[in-house]
Amino acid sequence: MTANDATSRVQPAIRLHAERRRFGEDAVKGVLAACALVSVATTVGIVVALLVPSLEFFREISPLEFFSGSTWAPLFKPAHFGVLPLVAGTLVVTFWAAVVCMPFGLGSAIYLSEYARPRVRRILKPALEVLAGIPTVVYGFFALTFFTPFLKDLGTGVGTFNVLSAGLVMGVMLIPTVASISEDAMAAVPQDLRDGAYGLGASRLQVSTRVVVPAAISGIIASYVLAISRAVGETMIVVIAAGTLAQLTLDPREQSETMSAFIAATGIGDVPTGSIEYKTIFAVGLTLFCLTLVMNVVAIRLVRRFREAYE
Amino acid sequence: MSAAEVAIGRTPRGDRIRGALFKAALVFSVAIGFVLLGTLLVQVVQKGIAYLDPLFFTNPQSADPAKAGARPAILGTLYMMGMLLVMAVPIGIGTALYLEEYADRERWYNRALEVNIQNLAAVPSIVYGILGLAFLVRGLGLGRVLLAGAMILTLLVLPIVIVASREAIRAVPDSIRQGAYALGATQWQVVWRQVLPAAIPGIATGSILALARAIGETAPLLLVGALTYVAVDPTPLGSFTVLPVQIYQWISRPQEEFRLLAAAGIIVLLAILLTMNAFAIWLRNRYQRRW
Repeated sequence: MTANDATSRVQPAIRLHAERRRFGEDAVKGVLAACALVSVATTVGIVVALLVPSLEFFREISPLEFFSGSTWAPLFKPAHFGVLPLVAGTLVVTFWAAVVCMPFGLGSAIYLSEYARPRVRRILKPALEVLAGIPTVVYGFFALTFFTPFLKDLGTGVGTFNVLSAGLVMGVMLIPTVASISEDAMAAVPQDLRDGAYGLGASRLQVSTRVVVPAAISGIIASYVLAISRAVGETMIVVIAAGTLAQLTLDPREQSETMSAFIAATGIGDVPTGSIEYKTIFAVGLTLFCLTLVMNVVAIRLVRRFREAYE
Repeated sequence: MSAAEVAIGRTPRGDRIRGALFKAALVFSVAIGFVLLGTLLVQVVQKGIAYLDPLFFTNPQSADPAKAGARPAILGTLYMMGMLLVMAVPIGIGTALYLEEYADRERWYNRALEVNIQNLAAVPSIVYGILGLAFLVRGLGLGRVLLAGAMILTLLVLPIVIVASREAIRAVPDSIRQGAYALGATQWQVVWRQVLPAAIPGIATGSILALARAIGETAPLLLVGALTYVAVDPTPLGSFTVLPVQIYQWISRPQEEFRLLAAAGIIVLLAILLTMNAFAIWLRNRYQRRW
């Protein structure tokens, strides 16, 4: 009897966990993880899609000829597969885009972060983002039908298709990219640093250029790298306004073909699967992908650095 | 006057001028974008307004600019929007929920997943076109159809939807989750009945902006074959075109009349995008809560 009493007095342990694993909960987690796997599959897909035909391409065309050849004429007989003209075209367009987006993007960021009043900033920031939201085909139209004739009227001697117009318009398109990332970095600079400088009698100009910009430099560089990466991969403006004639030139008044423009122009046509012309799309695509990937990784690293430094 | 008073006195004239010039340069930096935007809009409206008649919305493509319309392209864009809404948004929200509510940050594969998504966001859009060309159009033998285009754009905007959704989910305070758990809710009940409803305005805003980005995309669709002569209304498994591609097709013709048609197309495209953006902003202002 006493023994029975003793056991009945022992409280059953309170269970904080469910009696059994709920199947539904696990299933939901599985479905969500499957959604996440789509992104992984995309990356794997891109790498496989680029790599396999590229390897076949390089079995027929030596990488040496591809990366050092100065003539690009894959659709002619005899065909030439030197990628340098496409790389040069890409670099020249990117250079002119950078000439515009770097100073003006940084200027916009400094204005938004250090000069604009909160109310002005709240209106200006999203308004500037509108520029980034305009489809690139529209910028291409603008470059071809307005900006190129405008440059002609200025007496620059540009052709109907030219790199200069495409690059400059692209640069304006990229101003918000540079401005928003740089401004984020400047916003992360502690107010103490500014107050300290103002306390020592520094002017707004001095605080901006000697305190805020140096403190935010990794973010600013990240924004530059990201903008350049986008300029390198940008397609429609170039296809429309810079022409599709691959030639090795640094003269921005001439027409020139970029890597992305070549991919688009060749992909539009019905090139037969498995032919060498078809494979060039992938070899050039792989080159473009690697180039932008390196820049993106650098940019992401830099952004993480400024986030860690002050937060 | 003591030396100290002289020292703290007015800023030297040179400094003031330099400061003013610097500020002027900054204002110019901000202004240049708006000047271009304004010129662009005026140009497009001037050129395109004459062609923006009812025929433009009811007629298919034509070799005769006077009869050419954008009906298949406009419908293609609307269908595309619908398909993206069905594909990109659920997958994006699912991924965001996994990363924010379920994934263990300490595990390497979850961190790799985050880096992967960041990288995907910066891959040039034309590369997505190559992916579509290799796998969907040729590999799967899907052909140059609307569904292939929609799948490619889904992958393209997925990172944007994910990032926006994650931010919205992260903004829901933990106290709401803890409260629900304390009442005995399971993890999914917490997510489905508390976290998601609270995060929906942010997710919707981000998703609409992502869709707007996709609707204006041209390059990847060129590779999956949107640049075709389409005279009939599009179907999911038929050949298709969308507005930006139609605009490009008109731009690339030499006759001036087609350039004007392109401008008309741009007006319609920008109107659609503007509506979406305005809706997103309205949604944010109307429903977003600050905790």
